[in-house]
Amino acid sequence: MGIEEKLPSGVMLTSVEQLAGYVRKSSLWPATFGLACCAIEMMATGAGRYDLARFGMEVFRASPRQADLMIVAGRVSQKMAPVLRQIYDQMADPKWVLAMGVCASSGGMFNNYAIVQGVDHVVPVDMYLPGCPPRPEMLMDAILKIHDQIQDMKLGKQREKQVINLEVKSLKESPLIELKGLLS
Amino acid sequence: MSDDNEIVSQNEKPILKDVIKGAFGSPTSAGDTSGFGGLVTTIQAAPAAIRPYGSYFDSIVDALERVLKTNNLTLEQVVERVVVQHDQLTLMVISKHLVTVAQALRDDRELRFEMCMGVTGVHWPNEIGRELHAIYPFVSITNNRRVLVEVVVPDSNPHIPSITSVYPANNWHERETYDFFGIIFDGHPSLTRIEMPDDWVGHPQRKDYPLGGIPVEYKGAVIPAPDNRRNYHG
Repeated sequence: MGIEEKLPSGVMLTSVEQLAGYVRKSSLWPATFGLACCAIEMMATGAGRYDLARFGMEVFRASPRQADLMIVAGRVSQKMAPVLRQIYDQMADPKWVLAMGVCASSGGMFNNYAIVQGVDHVVPVDMYLPGCPPRPEMLMDAILKIHDQIQDMKLGKQREKQVINLEVKSLKESPLIELKGLLS
Repeated sequence: MSDDNEIVSQNEKPILKDVIKGAFGSPTSAGDTSGFGGLVTTIQAAPAAIRPYGSYFDSIVDALERVLKTNNLTLEQVVERVVVQHDQLTLMVISKHLVTVAQALRDDRELRFEMCMGVTGVHWPNEIGRELHAIYPFVSITNNRRVLVEVVVPDSNPHIPSITSVYPANNWHERETYDFFGIIFDGHPSLTRIEMPDDWVGHPQRKDYPLGGIPVEYKGAVIPAPDNRRNYHG
């Protein structure tokens, strides 16, 4: 993204990564993307009682160009999907996506022709947050976990290696149907 | 308000709209644990009401008849049936006269129905030749009165004249009913889809439209898509 990507790997890059991660996570700017009832919980999270300002992100930007975290709060209809993708494309790198609630994560109770069955069909998702809708505490927990991801994000060559490692790891995961649970 | 049975004519043959067998969620195959799988429910259209209709309904029909006479029309030519049910007056209007009726409802000084609250679609796939119904609720603020106008068209020729020339606010409502039911409103300024994406195929609120959905996976189990779990159509 900038000069930090060109640094040779070593102690210097690691320190810059730590610094960049700390700065990025401490001042996330969420884009408002409230689509349904989850948006109410998202607003509650930003308001006084739960006070998202403690984590440096109480201001929800209505313009995607000033935002770097998209909280998809609610079900995404087939007609909304291209709009959502356009908002995502307009956000400047680096950017993260949080699928808030079961509807954004997997379609949830809306298993029908009108709703996209998980927003990961449209944009890459960094964090899935279950719940219908999730409590503000759960949203804050998901946001703090995204903070950890951002803190640990590598730069330059190390980043490419990190991405490949994550991809290899996720390909090795067995599909849900092969897992053993209470129903099997 | 008198009881429904007193005001409807007894010698009219009832119109059958649909016959539903079984209860919701109980397919004819295995899986009926409700005990209502043998239910047979017949749905009949409301019979025509006879005078006096009661309440303010008579004065509405009288005023409409008077306005129609100035257009060289009789009530029988325009309204196929007058129904009084659930304390509501419904005029079943023949589709080609809809704009005339709407104009009369809005402009006549006795009627003064200033507002049309939109248009609702209903799909009765088993009412052969009368599959698609469009229902217009009108409200008179001046007189605090309400009247429903219902227009019936066959699925093979789903054309109803648009009333946007009389009630411009019905523009989006007619687009919505077109989008969901496929009723074509002739004379509408731009009859395009409003809720579904522009390239969508089919009209989702029709009874024969598949619900869609995908099978849901759990750890070690799959449940089928919702439209394959239950019987929705009797």
